[in-house]
Amino acid sequence: MGAKRTRERTTLQKVEAGLKRRRRKELIFKLSGEIATGVGILFLVLFFAILLNKGSSAFQQTYLQLDIEFSAEVIAPGGQLDLQYADFDGIVRAALQKELPEISGRSERRELYRLASVGAAYQVHDVIAENPGLLGTTQSIWVPASADVDMLVKGNIDAAVDEALRTLSDQQIDWINRLDEAGRLDLKFNSALFSNGDSREPELAGIKGAMMGSFFMLAVTIALSFPIGVAAAIYLEEFAPRNSWSDLVEVNINNLAAVPSIVFGLLGLAVFINWMALPRSAPLVGGLVLTLLTLPVIIIASRAAIKAVPPSIRQAALGLGASKTQVVFHHVLPLAMPGMLTGAIIGMSRALGESAPLLMIGMIAFVVDVPGSFTDPSTALPVQIYLWADSPERAFAERTSAAIIVLLAFLLLMNLAAVIIRRRMERKW
Amino acid sequence: MTAMTKTATDKRKTAAVPDYHEQVVELGRETVGQVRCAEPFMVAEKVNVHYGDNHAIRDVTLEIGKKEVVALIGPSGCGKSTFLRCLNRMNDSIESARVSGNITLDGTDIYSKEQDPVALRARVGMVFQKPNPFPKSIYDNVAYGPRIHGLAGDRAELDTIVHSSLERAGLLKEVKDRLDEPGTSLSGGQQQRLCIARTIAVNPEVILMDEPCSALDPIATARIEDLMDELCEDYAIVIVTHSMQQAARVSRRVAYFHLGYLVEVDDTDKVFTNPQHKLTEDYITGRIG
Repeated sequence: MGAKRTRERTTLQKVEAGLKRRRRKELIFKLSGEIATGVGILFLVLFFAILLNKGSSAFQQTYLQLDIEFSAEVIAPGGQLDLQYADFDGIVRAALQKELPEISGRSERRELYRLASVGAAYQVHDVIAENPGLLGTTQSIWVPASADVDMLVKGNIDAAVDEALRTLSDQQIDWINRLDEAGRLDLKFNSALFSNGDSREPELAGIKGAMMGSFFMLAVTIALSFPIGVAAAIYLEEFAPRNSWSDLVEVNINNLAAVPSIVFGLLGLAVFINWMALPRSAPLVGGLVLTLLTLPVIIIASRAAIKAVPPSIRQAALGLGASKTQVVFHHVLPLAMPGMLTGAIIGMSRALGESAPLLMIGMIAFVVDVPGSFTDPSTALPVQIYLWADSPERAFAERTSAAIIVLLAFLLLMNLAAVIIRRRMERKW
Repeated sequence: MTAMTKTATDKRKTAAVPDYHEQVVELGRETVGQVRCAEPFMVAEKVNVHYGDNHAIRDVTLEIGKKEVVALIGPSGCGKSTFLRCLNRMNDSIESARVSGNITLDGTDIYSKEQDPVALRARVGMVFQKPNPFPKSIYDNVAYGPRIHGLAGDRAELDTIVHSSLERAGLLKEVKDRLDEPGTSLSGGQQQRLCIARTIAVNPEVILMDEPCSALDPIATARIEDLMDELCEDYAIVIVTHSMQQAARVSRRVAYFHLGYLVEVDDTDKVFTNPQHKLTEDYITGRIG
């Protein structure tokens, strides 16, 4: 008996023999999972670090303090305020000249004038337009410095490299240093970034136009795609007969969700602009195209949410004599709503980040004015990022990163909203 | 009952398992016992149900009397639940299901074209196997039926309906201070009584119960059974159950289903003490199922 026992292994021995291998497999699986997660987090952190490092400086802008003389001769030549044709550029130049009086000679003066942004004249204009009482006085005003000055102050232009290889001459750098020592230069919050439309001058370029464009587009998208998507999902899930026709519809919807987004842009160009003659570059058309893009996402998410409603609830309502429509609207829809909203917000996040389809319908245009309605020409945030990334000026590089930060902030906010909505609505039951 | 269980265990030791399908065919399809009753209220004549190719119910004829509790028993998959769901047309929602034959409620054909299933289900209520309260407050659970059918003229009337329904379901005492709390916060037994309250709030004429106690503990089961005794004073009740003890306790008549056939129907005492059909005997003595 004892001999038999030793020759034939017991169940316990067999289990123990395999145990080591099983544990090792478990450990390897756990480790690889942890490594994968770690790499993911590492890249995310790296991405945010680089973005913040490059983009955060764009939220500040160098300003120049000038003593502006609101001379009545220039601004109100006939005793009447002439805001339209007055030479505000001349006023700014005179003020600059006053800061560095020893500069003479045409070309040197021209170099000096380049230190102030062209936006300085607009600012002087705005000040006097707002407060005509300043006429005839001299005021100390902070005006935006040119992008080159801004870059030097932020350390993006190296004074040590050869003069021919940089946008500022040795002379200009010398003047900037003297202005700085006199306390005439300062980094202030870059409000232009949030209050202006696009511009060829980096120091005047802002994302407000793109933000408003994106806002109008998303308004159109959510207003159309959510009701249509939810209605389609309810119909397909609850009312449509199961046959080859509904199978075909289902396959097509699933395929649409995987269609490259630029194809939707082509469709929008052909249908909305060429055939329906809607205006080009308009958020209305952009919204319609993004509606087509997000519809499949919302339909699929909504159908999944409807499917997840337990059948026992439907049966309970049916058993009480509720009609099919009552079952859907009293029970299924409220229970599926968090899932549907989550799907909608994910669809919206995707729509907010899309640029490819917008290129096809003309939203890539250079638009300076902030759009005020659904039909005004405009761009969108991702397109603005693309446009700026394409610009050669050094100052646009940091603004590109800044615009990406703003876009990401909106995306994070939307995803946060999705989480909060889901939590809050689920708590009710 | 105890004597019967004892013989069942004794017999199980000796008898080999016979082929029951063969037996059904062999022993004939004619239902044994009394399919008719004195005061028929709901009458099923030659009912057949197909799920696609699957013939689930075969030629079932059964009368259910007013204020009578009829228990449907039989092994799993025998068609008793399917038959129950025919009585309020719950099978309509299953696309592959086809029902033929004739079912009348108080003389009107419930499968006629003019019959709206919504109106039918207001007359024939249903309680399900798993308690399935709506994810709403206790009050709204009970008030839902009256609301959709417009049974209450105003809030006060609705309050009365809700309170009396909960009272009749024996739940009012436990929940009257927390009608605003979700129905899902109650215990399993309470939830099932809430479902019964919800059903009787519509004031149906027949109540169908599909294994109402199978998810409940013995104490909650006993409460539901007591409740059925009270409810049968006003309603006809058809109950599907897997527990023969329960069938014996609550029903006046028992119908034994097997593989889609209605094998035997008779007064409860008679079926359990003196079953006429061999299959019935095998089932209640514990050799099937």
